[in-house]
Amino acid sequence: MSLLIYAESAEGKFKKVAFELASYAKKVAETLGTTVTAVTVNISDVSELAKYGVDKILKVNNDKLAGFTAKAYADVIKQAAQKEGAKVVLLSSTTDSIYLSSLVAVALEAGFASNVVGLPVSTSPFQVKRNAFSNKAFNITEINTAIKVLGLAKNSYGIFENAGSATEEDFNPTIDENDFGVKVASVEKGSGKVSIADADIVVSGGRGLKGPENWGLIENLASVLGAATACSKPVSDLGWRPHSEHVGQTGKPVATNLYIAIGISGAIQHIAGINSSKVKVVINSDPEAPFFKVADYGIVGDAFDIVPQLTEKLKAFKAQHS
Amino acid sequence: MKILVCISHVPDTTSKINFSNGDSEFDTNGVQYVINPNDEFGLTRAIWFQEQQGANVTVVNVGGPDTEPTLRKALAIGANEAIRVNANPTDGFFVAKQLAEVIKNGGYDLVIAGKESLDYNGGMVPGMIAGILGSNFLNSCTAITVEGNNVNAVREIDGGKETVNTTLPLIIGGQKGLVEEKDLRIPNMRGIMTARTKALTILEPVDAPVNTKAVKFEKPAPKSAVKLVAADNLDELINLLHNEAKVI
Repeated sequence: MSLLIYAESAEGKFKKVAFELASYAKKVAETLGTTVTAVTVNISDVSELAKYGVDKILKVNNDKLAGFTAKAYADVIKQAAQKEGAKVVLLSSTTDSIYLSSLVAVALEAGFASNVVGLPVSTSPFQVKRNAFSNKAFNITEINTAIKVLGLAKNSYGIFENAGSATEEDFNPTIDENDFGVKVASVEKGSGKVSIADADIVVSGGRGLKGPENWGLIENLASVLGAATACSKPVSDLGWRPHSEHVGQTGKPVATNLYIAIGISGAIQHIAGINSSKVKVVINSDPEAPFFKVADYGIVGDAFDIVPQLTEKLKAFKAQHS
Repeated sequence: MKILVCISHVPDTTSKINFSNGDSEFDTNGVQYVINPNDEFGLTRAIWFQEQQGANVTVVNVGGPDTEPTLRKALAIGANEAIRVNANPTDGFFVAKQLAEVIKNGGYDLVIAGKESLDYNGGMVPGMIAGILGSNFLNSCTAITVEGNNVNAVREIDGGKETVNTTLPLIIGGQKGLVEEKDLRIPNMRGIMTARTKALTILEPVDAPVNTKAVKFEKPAPKSAVKLVAADNLDELINLLHNEAKVI
């Protein structure tokens, strides 16, 4: 038996979550006294994975898998798990991996815990800690099945190098035509900008910015930090910014290293969506804004004065530290 | 078209989250329950199909008798009938198994579940139903239209969206976008009155394994107070983010 991870990629390159998952898997495998096998889809150079502790890589190359198809990918992961006799299958929490993980769990008759944070609390019985109640609590979940599937919450473990070497093996799973019942007709992606899902830093604006014409403030600050831009629900409801930027309970969840909220009061629904970010900064003119209760750092003041100054200072800081 | 909308009965977002019995159970004292927001977007879209395309809408919940007011609310919003599977919804697979049974027996064409419930945040039930039944499945669905057997839908992806074509029978994990927030409905008096006479069928659960169990709950450690930085001392903020928080 070994431990299997699905190392997710996009456009021929591993996503950062794949390295986090590999780092996590290495540690879990050590506890279980086993090794880590990764399955990859359509990646020619997989060597980078070895840096994070992966021992064996199953390379799947198949034109039919050129676009992401949840069922087909789940089928590939299932076959890889069976081939390796994997008792633990680890997946990340991107939109795509969340999409396929429950299919993998059913196919392997495995108990599934999603949103897992941290290493297993115990391996016998097998218990993991996970986020629940929209980040207002954790729950310890026990998995009773022979095979276990875990979904690791994004940015909850970190990336750790663990130099070693990995053996590579071509893997040709059976591809079932019936897995392609959902066909992608077109894809729309934000142009060249950092997406909220991939970003280490997110700069988010609220109604305090008074109108869409002032979003340059947010964009400039984000650009200096290499950050993604986001907004609160009222801003997207008012049509100032696209829905895809709305973060919060009914919008996109955010789990970044640094979340900067500008002119956002911090309604409970907003906080629920961003609370698993590690460090939160708030800039707001109202010292009573609820966001100050959950933030690590805060500035009370006028965003229109502060943000341009902060952007300039960060520009100088970045120039000095790069 | 027969539509089944899966409804989770969850604490309102503003509820205080506490645990009882040695932190092993959610403390329901003083908690207001609502239709899970992701499910409510799906329900409202289903009602749109009912009004525009003559669909029949059934709502279903796996839960005890205490969840019936939530089902009645869904009926008041406009669903034609309701089903309650009389079981404690402890494990995602157990719930998916119950729902798959309802779907098989009811011959539903389109099953709309929320992509995630706001209590356990498992996000696994719609995919598991699809896995059990082998139906087409679309998660994170933000728009859907149906013509005959053909479905055109949109899925949110990291950094954008994709448009897909598929066919019924279909399971979706839905979310905001299926309808806009402003289109959500508050039951009116007439809806509430007619909901009382609509059918609410109670089914006993089928045997299914309980693969996982929530054994304990914890609340996050209390947060230390915010460090305030003066608006004219932005260098200090940069210093803190760099040297203390180490995030820039």
